[in-house]
Amino acid sequence: MSQNLLEIQNLHKRFGQLEVLKGIDLTMRQGDVVSLIGSSGSGKTTLLRCVNLLEEYEEGVVAVEGEQIGYKQKGGKRVRLSEKEIARQRAMTGMAFQHFNLFPHMTAVRNVMLGLIKTRGMDKDEAHSIAEKWLERVGMLQRKDHFPGQLSGGQQQRVAIARAIAMNPKLMLFDEVTSALDPELVNEVLAVVLDLAKDGMTMLLVTHEMQFAHDVSNRVIFMQDGRIGEEGPPKELFKKPKSERLAAFLKSSKF
Amino acid sequence: MEILQTLEAIWLARTAILDGLWNTIQISFLSILLGTILGIIVGLILTYGNRAARFAIRIYSDFLRGTPVFVLILACFYILSVVGLDLTAFQAGVFALTLFCSSHVGEIVRGALQAIPKGQTEAAKSIGLTFSKTFFSVLLPQALRQILPTWVNTATEIVKASTLLSIIGVVELLLAVQQIISRTYLSLELYFFAGFVFFIINFAIEKAGRYVERKVAIPT
Ligand SMILES: Nc1ncnc2c1ncn2[C@@H]1O[C@H](COP(=O)(O)OP(=O)(O)OP(=O)(O)O)[C@@H](O)[C@H]1O
Ligand SMILES: [Mg+2]
Repeated sequence: MSQNLLEIQNLHKRFGQLEVLKGIDLTMRQGDVVSLIGSSGSGKTTLLRCVNLLEEYEEGVVAVEGEQIGYKQKGGKRVRLSEKEIARQRAMTGMAFQHFNLFPHMTAVRNVMLGLIKTRGMDKDEAHSIAEKWLERVGMLQRKDHFPGQLSGGQQQRVAIARAIAMNPKLMLFDEVTSALDPELVNEVLAVVLDLAKDGMTMLLVTHEMQFAHDVSNRVIFMQDGRIGEEGPPKELFKKPKSERLAAFLKSSKF
Repeated sequence: MEILQTLEAIWLARTAILDGLWNTIQISFLSILLGTILGIIVGLILTYGNRAARFAIRIYSDFLRGTPVFVLILACFYILSVVGLDLTAFQAGVFALTLFCSSHVGEIVRGALQAIPKGQTEAAKSIGLTFSKTFFSVLLPQALRQILPTWVNTATEIVKASTLLSIIGVVELLLAVQQIISRTYLSLELYFFAGFVFFIINFAIEKAGRYVERKVAIPT
């Protein structure tokens, strides 16, 4: 079955009067790495958050593996799914946040174990060994018993990525995972993301690191005022931008 | 001050004093325990409830915090019996203190929950936790640490307020001591003694609170 892993059709999102997403169409296949770039306020974060329903959307469809996220059609009307259903759907995707959002009262390994135990229903031993496996993968095994407050930003972000990946999501969402970090900590996190991409993880990521978007993605999307302004393989998009807006944006991003 | 005479009076009345002390401890313990559980629910509704629920609980909480405990105790004792709910003085008193405690704990819990960054809930959602799992694993443990110092303070207030149950005839520590005073006329000395015992109780609560605070502190 060559079904799309992620399928977004005509997605509209409003915050009150402000329309932030004005009809987004986007499909991703298994193994795709898609970067969203664009100026501040263009709707990149909002698009990502609609995919795991951290934001509700008013119109259009977001579907993961053919299953509409958050809503179902019932008698021609759109009905929100139950909280339990939505929780199950959210676990199909993993998300890494700009500010890590680790649980401060739990050690690194307990952060990773929580979802495995509470969502996946694993016992402690199984969750622990999976958590250790992923902490090792992101180079954080030696610090597994540290609390977030005892870790640097880059280390926290790597733990947060392990927490998301350990859930074995079909799709990973990354929202500017390096923009809250000191410059010298950026590379250790980007290396982890690159490593996961090479391993075939399907990812949708928002980034301001143009070189990284260029290196990691097989498709780049330039967001512009809530619409997709331009998209294509990174080599074409970065080398030969079609629109003035993208050319100007790339120039201002010092790429 | 007749120290020896005072000590003798205390010794002779030791059973009555210990009974009073036991009552004080029971009243305080039950009111704090039940009031805290109820208070967490109040705080939960104030933070996450729908409009109607929030409105109702807001009135509940404001009313209870705005009313003197003295009046609450009288109301629980007399009004409840009028509507056919026959509680003993002890039960009515504990009920009143529980309500009072719940309104204060409710506000503290609301403040603590609202202070938790939204990213915590979002991270929990993103790994598939339902609201109740998020609450018990992520939000409550952080909120409880946050409220501990203020909660200890509320607990000591409840211990002090337990003396007000004497007005409906519950022989707690202060009333027990007053009964000895009415026999021995050692008012200054015995009031001082009672005050000292209350101080010890609250001092112990605060020490225990500090200890727990250190125990559960998140390493940084
Ligand atoms: N919760 C919200 N309530 C109201 N408006 C919001 C909210 N979240 C975002 N917006 C608005 O939606 C628009 C898009 O925001 P979004 O965060 O998606 O942009 P972005 O492309 O991620 O920008 P940045 O590069 O700065 O992160 C902005 O105008 C923003 O002010
Ligand atoms: Mg953003």
